[in-house]
Amino acid sequence: MKLINRLTAGAALTLILMAPVAQAHDQWLVPSATQVVLSANAERPTYVTVDGAISNGLFYPDHFPLNLSNLVITAPDGSKVEVENAHTGKLRSVFDLKVAQAGTYRVALVNEGAFASFKQNGEQKRVRGTVENIASQVPAGAEDVSITHSLSRVETFVTAGAPSELKPLGTGIELQPLQPVTDLVAGEPGKFRVLVEGKPAAGVSVKVIAGGVRYRGELGDKVYKSDANGEVSVDLPFAGAYWFNASYPPRPEEGAEAHHDHDDHEDEAPGTPQRRLSYSATLEVLPY
Amino acid sequence: MFAKSTVWTSVLGVSALGATAASAGTVTLEVEVPRLNVASYHKPYVAGWIEDASGAHKGDLFVWYDVAMKNKEGNKWLKDMRAWWRKSGRNLDMPVDGLSNATRAPGRHTLKFDSNHKAFKGLAAGDYVLRVEASREHGGAEVVKVPFKWDAKKASAGSVKGSVELGDVKFSYKP
Repeated sequence: MKLINRLTAGAALTLILMAPVAQAHDQWLVPSATQVVLSANAERPTYVTVDGAISNGLFYPDHFPLNLSNLVITAPDGSKVEVENAHTGKLRSVFDLKVAQAGTYRVALVNEGAFASFKQNGEQKRVRGTVENIASQVPAGAEDVSITHSLSRVETFVTAGAPSELKPLGTGIELQPLQPVTDLVAGEPGKFRVLVEGKPAAGVSVKVIAGGVRYRGELGDKVYKSDANGEVSVDLPFAGAYWFNASYPPRPEEGAEAHHDHDDHEDEAPGTPQRRLSYSATLEVLPY
Repeated sequence: MFAKSTVWTSVLGVSALGATAASAGTVTLEVEVPRLNVASYHKPYVAGWIEDASGAHKGDLFVWYDVAMKNKEGNKWLKDMRAWWRKSGRNLDMPVDGLSNATRAPGRHTLKFDSNHKAFKGLAAGDYVLRVEASREHGGAEVVKVPFKWDAKKASAGSVKGSVELGDVKFSYKP
């Protein structure tokens, strides 16, 4: 694997911090339906179509298409499903998903990467690469080496017939739904548990924004902190598609907790990679 | 179609039981499918069921949908009766005998159920809700609630008026 990018320390730092800080570019997958009826006719199976984009406004493709290279679709029985008719345009990507089993499908885009920062001949440097090759990007003799692995998931869900249990992934950060994830109803709270590497995580911010800002006129974003059990109870005042977002460790803009990341890793041996985790999901809330 | 209708089988049930089990009462529902002056009218899918006061589903009463389409293609839109789909429909293998029926034209439809119908049999005395939900192709969707008191030995009644996709919906019980 060759080096993906090489940037000066300042520019790299700016980019890495900007991506999560500026909510200008949200990544999302939006399915044409979150609840479907399983077809009884093998010649006309049930399909949903899914849009994916990185946009300024939820959920309008106004910026960049989602790169579909790392789609992971998991059927209710745990098997992996290949998508059909994947297409990436200028502003959005789209694909079809054949729904052939009863239960809940997890539709995810999973991106992993890595970067390293170090001092070489007294100069601060950063390189990017993959989890596998990042260590080899660091030149011999580099000092103050810090390696970070990044793992981001962008998800949505589709249920045919009755929902099935979604098993936690156990890796990265995720929102474990505490009710069937496709059963959200306006006026009823949505309950979730924040898991980091499979364990409930307290004090993690979960940002929630309802789609349709363009016509609503206000962003209306809300941030919930997970409680001692890692749980959040989210207000879902009206029907529509909602975007959920969480990351770990907490981002620098969260003020006092900006150094949390550093503190967490103080006891670890030098050279132990840190993990920078992010999660987004688009969930549908029905009117009743 | 008549042989399969809920009204017909329930009425037969009442008269047959009337001779042997005098204690059985009769639930009468009236469901008005409103006449709508729209360009592209399709008869709505309509479902009716009983819930307890906490919203727990107790039993289905009727489901009107495109039951006769080949390959069960009419099932595709059952999910649009969202409340019913979530509470019951998605756990059923439609069609279900005595429950599934064809869609109905605008007008007032009367349905009778023996109190030995499984939605009522064994229902403890207390507060319940009749829910009726309609969903129409190229149209809207609506769900209404008719609260009623249930005691197999006492008469009761309740009614509500829908706003667009449903008209009058009435419940009455005579022991």
